[in-house]
Amino acid sequence: MGWPDLTPDEWNAVRLSIKVATWAMFASLPAGIAIALLLARGRFWGKSILNGIVHLPLVLPPVVTGYLLLLGFGKRGPIGAFLTEHLGIVFSFRWTGAALACAVMGFPLMVRAIRLSIEAVDRRLEAAAGTLGANPLWVFATITLPLALPGVIAGMVLCFAKAMGEFGATITFVANIPGETQTLPSLIYTFTQVPGGDAGVLRLMTISIAVSMVALIVSEALARRVGRRMELE
Amino acid sequence: MTLSVDVRHRLGAFELDAAFESSGQLTALFGASGSGKTSLVNIIAGLIRPDAGRIAAGGRTLVDTAKRVFVPKHRRRIGYVFQDARLFPHMTVRQNLAYGNWFAPRGERHAEKSMVLDLLGIGDLLDRRPSLLSGGEKQRVAIGRALLASPQLILMDEPLASLDEARKAEILPYIERLRDEIKVPIVYVSHSVAEVARLATDIVMLKSGNVLASGPTVDIMQRLDLLPDDERAEGGAVLDMVVTSHDQRYGTTVLGSPAGEIRVPLLDAAPGAAIRLRIRARDVILATQRPQGLSALNILAGKIAGISSDRGPLVDVKVDCNGQTIVARLTRQSTHGLDLKLGQDVFAVIKTVSFDRGNTTRGIRFEA
Repeated sequence: MGWPDLTPDEWNAVRLSIKVATWAMFASLPAGIAIALLLARGRFWGKSILNGIVHLPLVLPPVVTGYLLLLGFGKRGPIGAFLTEHLGIVFSFRWTGAALACAVMGFPLMVRAIRLSIEAVDRRLEAAAGTLGANPLWVFATITLPLALPGVIAGMVLCFAKAMGEFGATITFVANIPGETQTLPSLIYTFTQVPGGDAGVLRLMTISIAVSMVALIVSEALARRVGRRMELE
Repeated sequence: MTLSVDVRHRLGAFELDAAFESSGQLTALFGASGSGKTSLVNIIAGLIRPDAGRIAAGGRTLVDTAKRVFVPKHRRRIGYVFQDARLFPHMTVRQNLAYGNWFAPRGERHAEKSMVLDLLGIGDLLDRRPSLLSGGEKQRVAIGRALLASPQLILMDEPLASLDEARKAEILPYIERLRDEIKVPIVYVSHSVAEVARLATDIVMLKSGNVLASGPTVDIMQRLDLLPDDERAEGGAVLDMVVTSHDQRYGTTVLGSPAGEIRVPLLDAAPGAAIRLRIRARDVILATQRPQGLSALNILAGKIAGISSDRGPLVDVKVDCNGQTIVARLTRQSTHGLDLKLGQDVFAVIKTVSFDRGNTTRGIRFEA
């Protein structure tokens, strides 16, 4: 078994998908940790609403999420116009838009994994760190985050895998432009729409399945490690 | 250093209303479970914000709700040794020990690592992970971690409660050394008479959220009525004595104090060493005349200084032996039979056999 022989277009799509998924994963990580911490530890009004909003992309039809992104982050959308004008960031019909759509779709998975691992951290250890002179920020950096790390990594892997496979929101938001927004799933979709595309579909499907399986196995193994570590004490 | 506490706090149906002041080297917060001991140390540590009150340590105000003062736990400089050691599982012993030291202000790092490692006997554990330590080792590392943060006060919340008897016996001498060799005052939570009588210089007795009594250990331990029911059998006078000589022929050690001489099973201590005896009240026999033809070796002469007025079947009689008090627990029947009265001359009889490692312990070394 060797690498499947891919055409330049197919390679472009794979490369773009990896780029988009990597950006989606890292760009949403700080917000993912912050929201997960808020949901795991915070006690505030509207917590269940925040939780609902974070999880919405998981249950909404992806085309709705994509359309909402188009409304908000498109050229004439309020956020999109603002970002273009002040920071020069353009989302619509660019790979950055694909990354944004993938980040939004992967966000619930990331937040869930991180939240669960933060909830599993023994708060008594955090109290102990406090009595040893660590302020809350240091406690988070030296106790909570390291102990939750396997969960954070698992969340990142899940987000990456989701981003690799994202299709509906992406194609709605940034269309299917070869070389710019044509990700792996978009190209598979294109192949299914043309006669004789079966061979290409098969090749890309193999890659798709392999990436997803690896991501799931890695995240599962890391999740188990969290469980084990918490049993130590 | 003086620790003064006067707080009120409500936790569900439980109401804590406790005030005490202590400048002892080791102050025991003593009471049955549910008496509010742990809540009280958590308030001192800053883990709980009391509804109202004041806490000051060594002249520094930590909490004053009237003036809206609340120093957060990480700025209190109070070490806390928890019942469940709470070592950080993702760090080695070395990293655990370094943790508090790193956060201590540079000018106030008074704890010396080599001295602490030596004192607690944990020098060989440095590269291990907490999960590979025994319960006793964990607790010693936890004590070391608290010490190395150079605290101004150390709180210990039943540090032995989760250990078996053998591990307890392993840790207790370390706590004694801590008390005698480190200048940091300790607040020690316990519900065990044996531990408190052995370790404490001062006792704060708690019952259902209130302070029943507080003062020097020797004074408080005579008050058997204050003890929790399940610990009363262990109660009795605490006497600080000095080794005068050893009798190798019979395997006994003679201890001296103003009350007189007491023979205990042979101790491994040099003449002059301080020994603290806890004479369980139930082990003491009273006689109205100096007994003859008796196997018990210890007979102390004294005067009756108090008879408890409780109506139960048991009576606690305090005997003043030349300024030191011994408590005897008798049946009401015997008290009537002998017609014991205040001021009466009596003899307290104590078997040498009633002393063992549990009630014959290293005394507190008072330094001038």
